[in-house]
Amino acid sequence: MKKDRDFLKELSLLQETYVGRPTPLYYARRLTEQLGGARVYLKREDLAHTGAHKINNALGQALLAKKMGKKRLIAETGAGQHGVATATGAAFTGLACDIYMGTDDTVRQSLNVFRMKLLGARVIEVPTGSRTLKDAINEAMRDWTANVGTTHYVLGTAFGPHPFPEIVRDFQSVIGREAKKQILKAEGRLPDCLIACVGGGSNAIGLFHEFLDEPGVQMVGVEAGGKGIETGEHAARFAGGSVGVLQGTKSYLLQDDNGNVLGTHSVSAGLDYASVGPEHAFLKDSGRVRYTYADDREALEAFELLSRTEGIIPALESAHAIAELAKYAPGLSKDKIIIVNLSGRGDKDVEHVARIKGMQP
Amino acid sequence: MKGRISRKFRELAKKGGKAFIPYIMTGHPTLSRTRELVSILEESGADIIELGVPFSDPLADGPTIQQAALTALGQGVTLAGVIEFVRDLRKTTQIPLILMTYYNPVFKYGEERFVQDATAAGVDGVIIPDLPPDEAATLIKQGRRHGLDTIFLLAPTSNQKRIGLVTKAATGFLYYVSITGITGSNLTMDAGIGSRIAQIKENCSIPVAVGFGISSPEEAAAVARFADGVIVGSAVVKKAGGPDAELRNYLGSLRRAIR
Repeated sequence: MKKDRDFLKELSLLQETYVGRPTPLYYARRLTEQLGGARVYLKREDLAHTGAHKINNALGQALLAKKMGKKRLIAETGAGQHGVATATGAAFTGLACDIYMGTDDTVRQSLNVFRMKLLGARVIEVPTGSRTLKDAINEAMRDWTANVGTTHYVLGTAFGPHPFPEIVRDFQSVIGREAKKQILKAEGRLPDCLIACVGGGSNAIGLFHEFLDEPGVQMVGVEAGGKGIETGEHAARFAGGSVGVLQGTKSYLLQDDNGNVLGTHSVSAGLDYASVGPEHAFLKDSGRVRYTYADDREALEAFELLSRTEGIIPALESAHAIAELAKYAPGLSKDKIIIVNLSGRGDKDVEHVARIKGMQP
Repeated sequence: MKGRISRKFRELAKKGGKAFIPYIMTGHPTLSRTRELVSILEESGADIIELGVPFSDPLADGPTIQQAALTALGQGVTLAGVIEFVRDLRKTTQIPLILMTYYNPVFKYGEERFVQDATAAGVDGVIIPDLPPDEAATLIKQGRRHGLDTIFLLAPTSNQKRIGLVTKAATGFLYYVSITGITGSNLTMDAGIGSRIAQIKENCSIPVAVGFGISSPEEAAAVARFADGVIVGSAVVKKAGGPDAELRNYLGSLRRAIR
């Protein structure tokens, strides 16, 4: 299918006419001036249909499922963006759709719960475990085990048993391919650095993949530092975890000495996960990508910073990448170029942030 | 292999009998209750006992065993603790014992060390539902070396190639999952189950036991017609905290059904 010309043609046409690709690569002039260092470009995945990069993968897998003759899609979701994207893919292809979502996440991302229902999906709350993304994946996998004959599991990130990490990366790598063309057109050269947030890591691998063989391009993945690594309430798998196996994937994992998976915390539901895509583990070990983290407070500051300087409200996930940008860009000279993947828009987070700030939305 | 598991199946085969293999979660509701349960199971005619090792994310399990795992984790039961528990059990029983655990606790413990410690404590076999034989080279090698049976799973969706791979990797017995689904689901016995088990048995020299979704004596009897052993998990776990008389009654009815 990866080389099926008709499939690729269909996908490409839909990316253009339905998703709205290519998404713009935007030079953020005011943010660049405010930070006073490297030139900042934003890859505007927030402008893709449904408001995040998740649609790239969800639509691709929905088409695959249709081709395989499946009748039903299931998916897990944390922030709700992948759930909305999958519900959209299901509506588009005419397939039935059930979305698993941790109870805690249904509360903090209630707007997306309603969007999924509006799109014709059923949202199944998962009240077990940490009541977040990890548990939603467990439940989706249990469903899939029972219904594998009729159902395709649209895993939303570059994680899970083979071949999911590759499928998701391949559908997301359109981000990096476009960004490369766009930056060459705008600046006549490749960027010096790429920054993306890393939950499971699909938006990051989508941007990075095309640049991995370009030694001059540095890359930074930003995990959720939550309330701080020392508090244990975070989702920084590289900073605070060790190698383990969860949900069919060997990667870095937040676990105790007995191999049980630890609870996680992040202000952003999409990064609130105990493990990370295996290709990121490889890129960390090989040293090709630098991984760091931004804590809740830094992410919330970045959320406001981008809103005020550029008139763009980022998703709280993407705000973690902006937070790292705000630390890193000022130290670079003005001829350097950074591309940040603005993986999603922040409308879904507005209520949540207002609650945190003690304001009525 | 001359382990307790193989000996038990040979002994049963000679009499034309089938193995009754109940599952309980170690530490549910408490460790001391688990010790009592082992005695009750043995007295009720269990041939082999599966001891569950609690894990935070039991992907292959339904609500009953998920909840039991949570209870056991709350009691501080770990893989190391279960191995110690078996060491202690071995002072009083020689019944074949199998650990059913997820892979990450074993990975974290260290596969080689796990196999050594488990066999030294008296564990006879291990089932790891999230470790396919393709990824189990170390465990298989160490298992052969120290005499720990590595029991792998086949499902209704397994194709001929997978059946070949799994039968080659498995020792002790093969675990055929009766349904596409998780533990504690409702059994839907389709007409194909007999022929699928027959197909598997053509390919392997070790016994085939069937589990997942079996709860009533009628279901156990139906499965025993095709299989060398019947595994009952969630239904036993559900009754583990209840009155002994009821549990013994239930186990007795299963025992009589599996023949």
